[in-house]
Amino acid sequence: MSAEIRDIAVFTTLAALAATALMLGPGIALAWALARRQFPGKAIVETLVSLPLVMPPVATGLLLLWLLGRRGPAGRMLAAAGIEIVFTPMAVVIAMAVMGLPLLVRTARAGFEQVTRRYEQIAETLGAGPWRVFTTVTLPLASRNILAGALLGFTRALGEFGATIVVAGSIPGQTRTLAVGIYSFIETGRDDQALALLLISMAIALGAVIMANRLARAA
Amino acid sequence: MTSFDLHFTLIQGSVTIEIAVSAQARAVALFGPSGAGKTSVLEVIAGLRTPQRGRLVIDGRVLFDRDAAVDVGPRHRRIGYVPQDVLLFPHLDVRRNITYGVPRTPRVGLAQLTELLDLSPLMDRRVTALSGGERQRVALARALHSGPDLLLLDEPLAAVDLPRRARITAALRRIRDGLGVPIVYVTHTPEEAAALTDYAIVMADGAVVAAGPPGEVL
Repeated sequence: MSAEIRDIAVFTTLAALAATALMLGPGIALAWALARRQFPGKAIVETLVSLPLVMPPVATGLLLLWLLGRRGPAGRMLAAAGIEIVFTPMAVVIAMAVMGLPLLVRTARAGFEQVTRRYEQIAETLGAGPWRVFTTVTLPLASRNILAGALLGFTRALGEFGATIVVAGSIPGQTRTLAVGIYSFIETGRDDQALALLLISMAIALGAVIMANRLARAA
Repeated sequence: MTSFDLHFTLIQGSVTIEIAVSAQARAVALFGPSGAGKTSVLEVIAGLRTPQRGRLVIDGRVLFDRDAAVDVGPRHRRIGYVPQDVLLFPHLDVRRNITYGVPRTPRVGLAQLTELLDLSPLMDRRVTALSGGERQRVALARALHSGPDLLLLDEPLAAVDLPRRARITAALRRIRDGLGVPIVYVTHTPEEAAALTDYAIVMADGAVVAAGPPGEVL
């Protein structure tokens, strides 16, 4: 395996892991709020969270480019603080996280909905406050779904193409991921490299599927 | 003796539960057929359901008073509740279930509970591997470990086989007298009510039809 191929594989895996870590906090909070709370604008939040699932990924990428670009609402503030996102590895991680988030939220939400409220009530009668109830009862009882959702989000992040290429490009050694790399190598006639990336992608995907099945069996 | 002032109306859909009882007792039986509203009464006392009207005072402590806008949350009521399906936390072992509660005024230590409810062989087991009687004992220990002022038991002997019943009844008597924890006890067998309680509230269709010493009203 050439150093280039190895670097792409390592970078993609690390970026997908970082994206999963990034989506975990907001994803769990969103899933819990959607499962357990009634709040104004809930339908809008639900729609927004699911949007990346149904929109063309390239369109999501464009949206991110506009948001995070130097003239965009978020990008302008970041630029003022000296932080550049677009066409950096950070942009890859953000694109992956945005695309993976809906899968995590939907799966974790189903998990929270399955947790019997009465377990939480018993914990309350035993003197536990809301945070303790959440961390010691709700979260552990929903953990299998959360883990499955995180795995789904991770695999989605690994294969992310459309949003990534728009917001991060395909800069060798910088933002080139497995999916983007396969496309770039085919486009430039480097079929051997494309094939190598294809095999690595298959191996990682296979590992993820095996893990997901194990999780499902253990449930 | 503990004073119970239970006066409230709970409306749930088409069902109305109306309770108006003042009693002095060590243990109160809530007696009646299925669907009489006994479990709902326990859940009101535990703070898990909010009545539309009324007042709830136990041992001089106001837990709920609609007019005065008092509603002490379940977390602060200091009431141990053992529902009929016990609801042991499935992801924790026996020991961690029992010690889950936040001890307030710890009347009972773990060692004492273990001895009282014969728990030592169960301590490191998974709760999913327990029999009905074992689950009931663990749930009792969990409710007691947090040092409650009152214990609410919903048909604690329903899932327990006959030979074990006498042992649990004996343990409940020791909880009531030895530890001095008053009990509200839901049952639909007069023998159980008579064996453990000194005041019985007979319910039917959400209303109190009789109340007094078990020997007189059952």
